[in-house]
Amino acid sequence: MLQIKNLHASVGDRDILKGINLDVKPGEVHAIMGPNGSGKSTLANVIAGREDYTITKGSIHMEGKDIMEMSPELRALQGLFLSFQYPIEIPGVTVSNFVKTALNELRKGRGESAMDASAMLKKMKASLALLEMDKGFLSRPLNEGFSGGEKKRNEIFQMAMLEPRLAILDETDSGLDIDALRIVANGVNALRGSNRSFVVITHYQRLLDHIVPDHVHVLYDGKIVKSGDKSLAMELEAKGYDWIKKAQS
Amino acid sequence: MMDRLSAHYWLNEKTYAAASSDAVIARRREALERFEAMGFPTKRDEEWKYTSIKGLLKPAYKLVSPFASEDSDEQVEFKDIKQYMVNDIDCYKVVFINGCYSSWLSETTHQGFDVCTVGSAWKKYPEMVDAHFAKLSSQGGPLSQLNTALAWDGLYVRVPKGVIVDKPIQVLYFTTGSQPTFISTRSLIILESGAHAEVIERHQSITKEDIWVNAVDEVFMDDNSSLHWVKLQHDRDSASLTQHSIIEQGRDSRATFHTISTDGKLIRNNLDFRLTGTGAEANMYGLTLANGKQLIDHHTRVDHLAAHCLSRENYKGIYDGKSHGVFNGKIMVHQDAQKTQAFQNNDSLLLSDKARIDTKPQLEIFADDVACSHGCTVGQLDEEALFYMRSRGIEEETARAMLMVGFASDAIEGIQHPSLRAKLSRLIGLKLGLNMEFIV
Repeated sequence: MLQIKNLHASVGDRDILKGINLDVKPGEVHAIMGPNGSGKSTLANVIAGREDYTITKGSIHMEGKDIMEMSPELRALQGLFLSFQYPIEIPGVTVSNFVKTALNELRKGRGESAMDASAMLKKMKASLALLEMDKGFLSRPLNEGFSGGEKKRNEIFQMAMLEPRLAILDETDSGLDIDALRIVANGVNALRGSNRSFVVITHYQRLLDHIVPDHVHVLYDGKIVKSGDKSLAMELEAKGYDWIKKAQS
Repeated sequence: MMDRLSAHYWLNEKTYAAASSDAVIARRREALERFEAMGFPTKRDEEWKYTSIKGLLKPAYKLVSPFASEDSDEQVEFKDIKQYMVNDIDCYKVVFINGCYSSWLSETTHQGFDVCTVGSAWKKYPEMVDAHFAKLSSQGGPLSQLNTALAWDGLYVRVPKGVIVDKPIQVLYFTTGSQPTFISTRSLIILESGAHAEVIERHQSITKEDIWVNAVDEVFMDDNSSLHWVKLQHDRDSASLTQHSIIEQGRDSRATFHTISTDGKLIRNNLDFRLTGTGAEANMYGLTLANGKQLIDHHTRVDHLAAHCLSRENYKGIYDGKSHGVFNGKIMVHQDAQKTQAFQNNDSLLLSDKARIDTKPQLEIFADDVACSHGCTVGQLDEEALFYMRSRGIEEETARAMLMVGFASDAIEGIQHPSLRAKLSRLIGLKLGLNMEFIV
């Protein structure tokens, strides 16, 4: 699904990613953990095609296709979805208009016709129900005045609508209370399937109690320094990140 | 040009005199004298610091004879103008061609209230027009004075006490011709206590020639009356409009103006509110979408003259190309206007290096117990937001347009008729390159 080989990326003169290797197979959930500043969000943004970073070395392939030269919208068309750590507020554009536009742009890109209004409404209702959101959400301006929890639920709602093949969840758990975390995790779990993969980026092990990963990687100073199964997450939770830092220095 | 305009007045004074009382002629003469003394505004005038009308003074304009039943040179067919009308809302219609009333295109009324023209009101209700004409405009600048001297026709609305006008009044000023033309239009709106009216106004040129419309509106709002006015400024790039609307508001009255300026060569809007009665409320919303070499200038002024009044202003603008925007919002809170609430906001997006906005909020407060605020922002499209939208599969061009429509949307959300609002959002979307039906 996703192959990253020896990926190096920088902002200005600063190297942030220093040789990432990652191989995500269809249906797998990979967790990427690590202390602040280790490059987790950069990795997510580089995969999604943010232009602020310079890729100096390496490659990113999705289902065998090189996506490094693709625009963010073209990557989305390949089936990529990034759930933002800090979703952006967009005044004057309602949730419903936004998600309708996005879904229909993706359909257009795949050569399909726009979804008819009743099918769209049905799909929206089902996705709202999944995230335990009420219909009022749809007519609110996108993320404007949303609480932290509402913003994250709205991200997963959009994911449910757009049905990506590969979803990257960038700290989707941060700032969530226990109820919101359960709702978001249930939403994600409902979307798991043999042909959909997830890269879950998190600082805390807590989320991984709900979304159980197949693989756990520790990112430190721009490199994956340790990989393992879900027990690695438990170990990090118990011991913190200091032993990783020490081992590296 | 000044000499020609003065000569035009003197040449036609007999015609003016035949249509109105000596008192009105005296007011016209005074206004002409003031205009001659002030001269055309230049950038040396504080009120015209950012806007030069030099280019407007160049063409050799044709001047239309006052009280002509039609501009006999010009014929207009319905098919030429239909597209500029709001057709899907049932409206009263008052249509002018080159400043002359076109009865066959209009739908006026005198049943219960008057929706007609100043020209006909002068014949039917001379005392009413005489009592109000130039009462508010006498303190205006040179262009208002010029209008007082020369104008003879425009929208006339009078609504008696407690009457609600049952449908919107659409007023359309068309201009045409094979030579540059200068037009003066003048409207008079009188709402008695508790009356309500809605006006949709449009100035539209259907010729390639240079057009300059210099307009004045005088609006008298008695206690508890309400007025909603939408100005649609989507004219050709050879047409310019300078307009001064003066609104005097009595106790508990409520006025809401939407000014949507998307096309035209030079537009100068002066909106001038005088809140003379306790509890009066004035709302102004503006949306400017400019490109090319357009100049769109909004000057607003609110005089809070009584206590407990409220004024709200929200102007949004998007400027591309070499366009130039001006926002000058003056709020005067006079000594007796305690408990005033006055809020003003002006946000602009500049899409090109050559586009420019001059924004100047001015608050002068002489009362001590007031709540006033003003704010302005100037920025570019949010790159973070663009990336967010694109990462969801939305193409860059569409994402840009959606952001702009979103930015603009609160300037039109208060427009009451859903079909007019939808028409406007389509128009805005189109102007911004968003080729889809977009519901705001």
